[in-house]
Amino acid sequence: MAMKTNGHKQKNLVVIQLSGGNDYLNTLVPYQDGLYYDFRPNMGLKGEDLIPVDDKVAFNSHMGTFKNLFDQDKMAVMMGIGYPEPNRSHFRSMDIWHTAEPTTTSAVGWLGKANSLIDPEGKNPITTVNFGRGLPRSLAMQGVSVASVGALETYGLYTGLSGAKNKDAMLDTVSRIYQPMSAEGFPSQRMLETGRGALDGADLLREAPLSYSSDVEYPEDNPIAQSLKGIAQVMSAELGTRIHYASHGSFDTHTAELVNHAILWDQLSTAVSCFVDDLKQLGKSEETVIWMFSEFGRRIADNGAGTDHGSGGAAFVIGDSVKGGLYGEYPKLGLADQLEGDVKFNTDFRQIYATLLEDVLGVESEPVLKQKFNKLDLVRT
Amino acid sequence: MTTVARKHEDVAVTAHLLRRAGFGATRDQIDQFVTKGYGATVEELLNPTAGEPEDQDLMDRYFIASVEARSVAHADPQWSWRLATSKKPLEEKISLFWHSLLAVGGIKLDHGLEMLTEIELFRRLGLGSFRNILSEISRNPGMMYWLDNQNSHKDAPNENYGRELLELFSMGIDDMGEGAYTEEDVKSAARAFTGWASKPTPPPFFLGPFPMEFRFDASDHDNGDKEFLGETGNFDGEDIIDLIAKKRATAHFIVMRLYLFFVSDEPNNEEIERLTDIFEETDGDIKAILRAIFNSEHFKSEGVRFRKVKSPAELVFGTARLTDRFDIPDMDSSTLANQSMFMGQHLLNPPGVEGWHEGEEWVDSGSLIERINFAASELGRVDSPGIRRMVELVELTGDNLQPDEFVEACLDAMGSIDIGAKSKSVLVDHATQNGSGSSDRVVEMFQLIVSTPDYQYC
Repeated sequence: MAMKTNGHKQKNLVVIQLSGGNDYLNTLVPYQDGLYYDFRPNMGLKGEDLIPVDDKVAFNSHMGTFKNLFDQDKMAVMMGIGYPEPNRSHFRSMDIWHTAEPTTTSAVGWLGKANSLIDPEGKNPITTVNFGRGLPRSLAMQGVSVASVGALETYGLYTGLSGAKNKDAMLDTVSRIYQPMSAEGFPSQRMLETGRGALDGADLLREAPLSYSSDVEYPEDNPIAQSLKGIAQVMSAELGTRIHYASHGSFDTHTAELVNHAILWDQLSTAVSCFVDDLKQLGKSEETVIWMFSEFGRRIADNGAGTDHGSGGAAFVIGDSVKGGLYGEYPKLGLADQLEGDVKFNTDFRQIYATLLEDVLGVESEPVLKQKFNKLDLVRT
Repeated sequence: MTTVARKHEDVAVTAHLLRRAGFGATRDQIDQFVTKGYGATVEELLNPTAGEPEDQDLMDRYFIASVEARSVAHADPQWSWRLATSKKPLEEKISLFWHSLLAVGGIKLDHGLEMLTEIELFRRLGLGSFRNILSEISRNPGMMYWLDNQNSHKDAPNENYGRELLELFSMGIDDMGEGAYTEEDVKSAARAFTGWASKPTPPPFFLGPFPMEFRFDASDHDNGDKEFLGETGNFDGEDIIDLIAKKRATAHFIVMRLYLFFVSDEPNNEEIERLTDIFEETDGDIKAILRAIFNSEHFKSEGVRFRKVKSPAELVFGTARLTDRFDIPDMDSSTLANQSMFMGQHLLNPPGVEGWHEGEEWVDSGSLIERINFAASELGRVDSPGIRRMVELVELTGDNLQPDEFVEACLDAMGSIDIGAKSKSVLVDHATQNGSGSSDRVVEMFQLIVSTPDYQYC
């Protein structure tokens, strides 16, 4: 992509949301810290369950792909990311991450706003594509249409309708109805815009798999891998999509954490490995940045079989154009350094948002975040 | 009001009641209820005279795997059949309400038998006392497992149930994430529920369903003094529920949820306050609150009709019921649950403990396409008795209908529904250009009507 802003080439963003609250301490394990094992008599990882990064931190052993990316300097690891006065409700905390509004509520998502800056006149209804059913609030904004896709191949109106003899005329009529001009307030403007975006985007997206060819085999029984495959197909069709969104979970490991956390990271590790290979084949490695986050980390102390809702956490920025390494400081675990039993954050997540908005998507961050945050120097120009 | 206008209004308001308190009704059924009268219809919905379903044996024989169902997928056909056919629609509707509010999901408890037991609990108690519902759900083994209370011990309380009980099930939090309770209250509630657990916990391996039971382990219960909502004592779970149920915050929270579910996506403060008073006066009698809702002028007013976005379940089962085709519980009825899932509401599997985000959030561009495609294909079932009768009703309206009369006749035949002026005028244009003289054209108009944005509201 030729366009440059801030000296950075515009790139495309792939968001992977880790829903349910990923356990930070068992993702990036402070394996040389005795306090970790004191607080985690049951959930502490050691020995073969670890892949050491340095003499302080180790990855969970189910994160093989991520260790490789880290070793190739293609993964920035954010340690101790969060926001002031953490909220431990899934609902509220995810809202905070989605809207970038820790102190007030909003129905507008930060990527919805980014979309409106990328495409102010709403010319492309698939500037953002979400894989999965149901729209995350991060993508919501009045006037911004986002395609939410289950499977690309069957996406569209009346595609399976048998017996309709007058389908073209029907489609014309439906298209006339979904014009986003609601003087009456009913149907809502949002409903009409949703319909408009659905109709416009459907035709484009259904065709996307046709232009895609790749040797990469994404496992069928791995949902996040299938979502990432869909994203690769959309990329290969060159539809002008800039923001891709997928979710993985549930990381809400109050119980049976060791088993479930391992499965989730195994799936993600495999999926991202396929996707990174695919990006290379498609020639998209340089222009694609992956962002992975979760709504919160979990309590420092385990509860015997798992961990409860906590605050602070880890997040990841991945890509050929990313300056890899460890960012931020590993939060201290001592009682005096804890925040109500949780780790204290040291990097505000909105600093990463500012970085992704300006250095990846090429839009101003201040209109989205309402204030200026110091960016991190983690994306190559 | 003229007699004709009066009659039209009676039909429209009865149809509205049947959509909200159930899953709509066919045009002929609406006429029967109009004859009965509005107040009597409300009472029939609240106190249904239909006995236990006679077709349960048939259902169990057709879907052997759904009896003592292993997984949620095995259990789906049971609820799907009830939603498609029940003669006590409010029982199913209130079960959907509690299923989203006191949400337990297959994503963690993939135990069909237990999930169906819970829906049965909502059918049985869902119109009764809120305190009782809260007490029973706190003794529900599925809930205890879902929120990890079997891992909450005297010396190591697990806060999950204590927190969600307050935040999501009773007192609620405001838009800022603040509740009328403190972190200390959460911890006290967790301590009070120590020893409340399920037995056995679902096996991690696929050994089939063990019926789950509630178990109270007195030796694992914290008998120390606890401070909770400003009071101090050796509280156990029942005491906590007593204290919660008396708080106006609880009355307000539950009434708000009932209002958003049954009346409108936009809360009306005056009505919420009136209903909150009724909650307090009746000690949280859900039936009394619903009676007050359905009989209010506010509920009956035109201003709230078609102003609530249909949930996927409302859209799927409301539309499927129009076809009147469910004689035997075959695969056809069971796939309706899948349709709801494709639109974002996987029954027996809410996405998390907060249930589903409702209102306008139900519809995104992906789910709208699912909704339109499903509804259009249902209305295309020209061999089903329901669609045949609807075509007949349009034809009986008269020969040589003008395009606008034709569209009105179609809307009336579909259960006296209405759509906005703008969509209507586009449909009238369609009828003008494409004609209205054959049953093909009638069915086509039905399909276009369910494709409108207006049809997404009930």
